[in-house]
Amino acid sequence: MRIVIIDDSAVRASIIEEGLASLEDCEISIISGREKLLARVAESAPDVVLMNLGNPSRDVLEEYFAVSRALARPIAMFVDESDDESIAASIDAGVSAYVVDGLSAHRIRPLLDLAVRRFNAFARLQTDLAVAKGKLAEREMIDKAKRILMDSKGVTEPDAYGELRRKAMSSNKRIAEIAEAVVTAHELLGGA
Amino acid sequence: MLDELTIGFLPLVDACLPILAAEHGFAEAEGLSLRFIKDMSWATVLDRLLYGHSDAAHMIAPLAIATTLGRGRPAQPLAAPFVLGLNGNAITLSCDLAARVGPLEGLGDPHEVGSALCKEVARLQKQGRKLRFGVVPRYSSHNYMLRYWLSACGIRPEHDVEIVTVAPPFSADALAAGEIDGSCVGEPWNSIAVDRGVGCIVLASAQIWRRGVEKVLAMRADRLEARRPAVEALIRAMRKAGAHFVDPSNWEVNAAVLARPEYCNAPSEIILRAISDRLVLRADGAPVLYSDFMFQHREAANFPWISQAEWLYTQLVRWDGLAYDSGDAEKAARVFRPDVYRSALSGTGDVLPGASSKVEGSLDRPTAVTAQQGAMTLAENSFFDGRPFDPDNVEGYIASQQ
Repeated sequence: MRIVIIDDSAVRASIIEEGLASLEDCEISIISGREKLLARVAESAPDVVLMNLGNPSRDVLEEYFAVSRALARPIAMFVDESDDESIAASIDAGVSAYVVDGLSAHRIRPLLDLAVRRFNAFARLQTDLAVAKGKLAEREMIDKAKRILMDSKGVTEPDAYGELRRKAMSSNKRIAEIAEAVVTAHELLGGA
Repeated sequence: MLDELTIGFLPLVDACLPILAAEHGFAEAEGLSLRFIKDMSWATVLDRLLYGHSDAAHMIAPLAIATTLGRGRPAQPLAAPFVLGLNGNAITLSCDLAARVGPLEGLGDPHEVGSALCKEVARLQKQGRKLRFGVVPRYSSHNYMLRYWLSACGIRPEHDVEIVTVAPPFSADALAAGEIDGSCVGEPWNSIAVDRGVGCIVLASAQIWRRGVEKVLAMRADRLEARRPAVEALIRAMRKAGAHFVDPSNWEVNAAVLARPEYCNAPSEIILRAISDRLVLRADGAPVLYSDFMFQHREAANFPWISQAEWLYTQLVRWDGLAYDSGDAEKAARVFRPDVYRSALSGTGDVLPGASSKVEGSLDRPTAVTAQQGAMTLAENSFFDGRPFDPDNVEGYIASQQ
């Protein structure tokens, strides 16, 4: 079974590819970018095309699949092939899939389930990354606030941190929020 | 407690009414809180609508009909209780092609540009070349308007030219790369092609059909019933947003709102062109006033006329190569829901037509029509070839176009 993954995110594409590699008899290729998209899809002669739901090229591909005479068996959206529940799951995960007409359901289902799991895994990765980035930004903010307190009050670093922490506890806020307030106030007062 | 509705849209100026209803507080005044999901392709907007990510969507009207009829996917009944606007699209040609078939200045005459294009198509055919046009998906008024114009000018859309799908945000890129020779797309994407110096606007879709139906607010039919009070509140809020939108003193404010990254993500100066009917047609040109380029609010422009849905059905049959089917024609007609529109606005003082269907393209001058409430005059609404569409003779109209 030939599978084409269309994705502009190289990371997501390789995560999906890795997941599908466990399936038997699968030949997987990845296509990214808009350039000569249809020609490259046609060249791969796929049985299944997987792409992210929000991919801007979806209208182009739907039209191609609707009118394609180049393919021996026209590709249909998988909504013809699968039950509504698994479609809903894949839409929620952000996957759209197109399947050659006539490909049996028992071959498509495990593939779709895998694709959904890999898309979800990628989404989790992104959330983790965003959280990590947020934490990093918070740490930088706290460092800045500490420096401001050290410079303006002549206290040591541990004391500066202690002050931020005490204020956070007494006002029922996170240290990062207090730090942000300190930095903002400092900037407003022309100390930036 | 506000009633929440989630609305899907594509970054286009004609997504303006629900956006402005939220931004200016008209929705909140009706007890609604609106949330928006922006996408880059109509396929995604439709999927989100069908699988419940959104309650309603800004949608190309023919796609709502095609989905109801099961074209390209299993049938799912959709309902359109509100037309989001009339026209607002343009035909933009590569500067090279525009120089050969377009007018010297201003917008072209659809007959003259069409006949020049016809000669150009024949000349290129001798060299084994075909002109290529980009439209949004086949089930779009862009596609139908372009084909209507081409075929009325003697160019067979399926044989003499190639029509391909290009997502609106990429149409300027496609013109720049020479992938297409022209496009029929909504604003701000024509103006962006002009400003990049890769295209010239030669015609407005309003020159092909003076009052052509464009996007609709589409919902799953069952969701419409389940959320009926919220939908009616949304209709009232969007009518107020429309009154705000057409008032020249609000143009700049509204252009700035629609320009924001979360909406059209385009310069507000460019958005202002569509809002004010003043288009810059070629790079460094002066703005040209073309009235009712994008028609909003007046003449009950948002009323979902059954006859508009029926006209779209005739074009779907025409370009999908289908035979007339009375069952399909009826299903298509029922996608447009004037009953919901009436129920939402009855008693508000807003104008409501007396009929729900009219002969499309039959008026060549302003005409007073009967109204259920308010007074109503419809302006000229003709097709450029002068042929009206009588919804009492859908089958005959289809036959006459083959």
